[in-house]
Amino acid sequence: MTLLALSAAAWTAPVIDYHALAPEIVLAVGLTAVLLVDLFTSERNKWLLSVLTGFSLLGATLPVLTLALHDNSVRSIFDGRYVVDEFSLVMKGLFLLAGYVIVLLSSSHVEEGDYWRGEYWFLLLTSLLGMVMMASSRDLVSIFVALEFLSIPAYMLAAWRKRDLRSNEAGVKYFLLGVFASAVMLYGMSLLYGVADSTLLVDISKSIDLDGEFAAVQALAVVFVVVGFAFKVSAVPFHTWAPDTYEGAPTPVTAFLSVASKAAGFIALVVLVLTAFPEGRDVWQPFIWVLSALTMTIGNVFALRQTNLVRMIAYSSVSQGGFVLMPLAVAGGAAGEAALRAVVVYLVVYAATNLGMFGVILAVSRKTRSGDIASLGGLFSYAPALGVLLTIFLASLAGIPPLGGWIGKFAAFQALLTDATPWAYALAVIGAVNSVIAFGYYGNVMREVWMRPVPHGDNTPIVTPSSLQIALGITAIATLVLGILPGVVLNFGDMADLVGAFGG
Amino acid sequence: MQMIRDNNWVLSVGTFLPMLGVLVLLITPKANEAAIKMVALLTSIATVLVGVFTLVNFDFDQAGSMQFVAQTDWIPVIKSTYFIGVDGISLPLYLLSMVVTLLVVIYSLDHIPSPGNPKAFFVLMLILQTGMAGTFIAQDLILFFVFFELVLLPMYFMIGVWGGEQRQYASLKFFLYTMFGSALMLVAFLAIFFKTGAESFAIPYLVENGAGIAKNVQVWIFAGMFIGFAVKVPMFPFHTWLPDAHTQAPTQGSVILAAILLKLGTYGFVRIAIPTLPDAAIEWAPWIGGLAVIGIIYGALGCLAQTDMKRLIAFSSVAHMGFVMLGISTLTPFGVNAAVFGMVAHGLITGMLFFIAGSVKERYHTLEISKLGGMLTQAPQLGWILGLCSMASLGLPGLAGFWGEFPAILSAYNPADGLNVTVFRTYMVIAALGTVFAAAYLLWLYQRTAFGTPKGHDHHDVHDVNTYEWVAWMPLLIAIVAFGVAPNLLFSIIDPAVQETLRAFGG
Repeated sequence: MTLLALSAAAWTAPVIDYHALAPEIVLAVGLTAVLLVDLFTSERNKWLLSVLTGFSLLGATLPVLTLALHDNSVRSIFDGRYVVDEFSLVMKGLFLLAGYVIVLLSSSHVEEGDYWRGEYWFLLLTSLLGMVMMASSRDLVSIFVALEFLSIPAYMLAAWRKRDLRSNEAGVKYFLLGVFASAVMLYGMSLLYGVADSTLLVDISKSIDLDGEFAAVQALAVVFVVVGFAFKVSAVPFHTWAPDTYEGAPTPVTAFLSVASKAAGFIALVVLVLTAFPEGRDVWQPFIWVLSALTMTIGNVFALRQTNLVRMIAYSSVSQGGFVLMPLAVAGGAAGEAALRAVVVYLVVYAATNLGMFGVILAVSRKTRSGDIASLGGLFSYAPALGVLLTIFLASLAGIPPLGGWIGKFAAFQALLTDATPWAYALAVIGAVNSVIAFGYYGNVMREVWMRPVPHGDNTPIVTPSSLQIALGITAIATLVLGILPGVVLNFGDMADLVGAFGG
Repeated sequence: MQMIRDNNWVLSVGTFLPMLGVLVLLITPKANEAAIKMVALLTSIATVLVGVFTLVNFDFDQAGSMQFVAQTDWIPVIKSTYFIGVDGISLPLYLLSMVVTLLVVIYSLDHIPSPGNPKAFFVLMLILQTGMAGTFIAQDLILFFVFFELVLLPMYFMIGVWGGEQRQYASLKFFLYTMFGSALMLVAFLAIFFKTGAESFAIPYLVENGAGIAKNVQVWIFAGMFIGFAVKVPMFPFHTWLPDAHTQAPTQGSVILAAILLKLGTYGFVRIAIPTLPDAAIEWAPWIGGLAVIGIIYGALGCLAQTDMKRLIAFSSVAHMGFVMLGISTLTPFGVNAAVFGMVAHGLITGMLFFIAGSVKERYHTLEISKLGGMLTQAPQLGWILGLCSMASLGLPGLAGFWGEFPAILSAYNPADGLNVTVFRTYMVIAALGTVFAAAYLLWLYQRTAFGTPKGHDHHDVHDVNTYEWVAWMPLLIAIVAFGVAPNLLFSIIDPAVQETLRAFGG
């Protein structure tokens, strides 16, 4: 009793830097507004919700910009548990802009299906808020909270078409495996806390000692945490949920999962290995090496065999994940900064390209109502603009210069080779071979678009809603600019110094 | 190496002018074919005019130096710059790419292959032109890589959309082979970057510092580059994409592929792999020479076995590029001079042969050699042009082909210091045998197609060379004869640059 009273007396409210929290606050206000407006608007006016969601996201981008331009100092709140540094600002900007593009991609899709629109926008915003929080979390608890915050709405979004069996399957698979992953991760985190007596990442970093008394426990904990995130980023062999979930979920949700949710998983992984586990590198480096090699190879091999477009993209995004993991396999040593930059660059480029590709798929499926790759046959002949855009996005994913994707792959290879060990070279060669294999299926889609006849000779043109057109414009310009003038995004990457890592 | 920076805008304009044409084409309505053809033609004429300006302002007394050099920041974080320039090795190839594109555009005015769509066809062709020209002027490895890759997609679509029966298979094979090579090449580029202190991707810098890398490391880096360039050349045993790609590609695609794209590989050896990694080059040279002579014999035997005229010409490319690689593998100025001359000559001659094959196909609706015959009676001008080009291709003195082939063989007699003389002299003998085969298959081809009496019944479309074809072919024919009679026109530009490039070998 006395202890409680004492600590209650000693408690003072923490100083809160509202500027640093402004993006989160704007999003929180926005999602509440969406919920309220949904209650009080008639069916006819529900389109307001998508506009409101879009503005909330753009509104939250403003403080991110002011924070980035304001000064270069790092804002650390709650004893360093929540940090606004350059890395987190870049990632927040990415999540918010990707979220905005997803709103553009979703709006016509959501308007046309008679489902629960208010919930859709609310869940989307909530999940994005979780991601924005993830970018700043530097504490086991805040990481875990952010992770659940972003995941739980995503489970529901996957099952959003609730009368559709596939959508149900998507949601349930995603949920069960996601919860399992969280449990494994949480077990690892509890072990870390047990040894370090703190949940702060920097404290954990100091406590890890692979020659010490708790070496076995800590090694196990590191592996468990990495495994937990391997589920999130669908790294092989923890990827099995991805194809079913991607196929069953509504297509804009698939775009969201494969870009934003995946990026959130990656940044948490990066933050953990660079700030909390640098001393444990002998454990996680080989582990991630194996994960990366397996992920890109197996993802590719399965992608080659798909006839359904979305499943192919699911496996392709598994395989792309392997490339993001690639630089992390050497991130514990001198290559840390280069690896961080590579991950950031890759995620930015991948977001632009993949969202663009989903935009084309959404536009085409309005006409074809089919998920087969063969339904794209002859697209170039009756919708040349969409055909060329799809080609640009596919070529970018395949890493062909001068489209965005190449700079992502390049940065990954560069980071890997900074660490001039035979293992790094071996992984680089595996990556190089895989980037060739990947063209097998990207090229297959291009072949449908350019060289195959139109199925059933159905040459009716495609009507693309203006929101989709804007989304396609944004992503195509981003893909081209990132490829031709990669300095823009690499400078971001240069800024992306992560507080607490690299002895800083 | 000296850098001359006068007129440093001219290369950028020459390289990116086609992209301007692409932008104009994109906003030209698809239905207005006349306007589309006009835009493509004007763009390629303007590009060639910029090329002529480049040629006129090129300082021939300093052909060994980089000229028109421009250097500005591009991707500072990875220390890659927009760094371009030409010397005596780049200039002929750079200009060749411009001229060939113009001629192909002229030829296409009258010959858009099925399924039509000239807009897309010309857009791809102009993008190709930018990629090819850019590769020859890039002085930074990353810039080189970007241009090198830029040609892939347009060529993939050109084969895949406008090609023959097996076009989809052929285009994918072309793409996968090349991409496999360039992926490993990129890893090699990064490796040399880090091994020279992670300072710069500029080729002159790497030439200065690459020699300092330990020999066993050099050998591995060279291996990566070797695969990248050898696939593109293509060298035996990486050549199998070539016959398919050539056979299936539309005429225009075959011409560009033979005349320019194959040279990107050999140029890569001369410009990048050998000067930056001299120790590895010495180690690899016997193997390169060995594969080159295997390519010569294998290509020639392949030619003898072909029943399809276009496929035969494709295999002859394998043999001819074998001579080029043999010249390069000697690592002597003499051999590399021959190789660069051989690249230009092969571009002119084989490009011309593919033009002829396209016109034969259009007239006879087949390229089966057994179904052709009597061309000299039905289309005498076409027949005589084929005769001239066959002679040039087999290396008849007085025509351009001779100066690529003969000195390359001769150079193997006396390879650079450090190379095994016996081995290279053996190569020399084998390569010389190859020329005999070349005479055999080309004369046999000519005999079966041009002599005798016409076969088959369907000769409605057989007519002689028309105006578009004359305009498109004349510059190539003139160049074949001119460089054959006066090879020094070319050697005098190439030689100073080759001497400069091979300084590390005591050249």
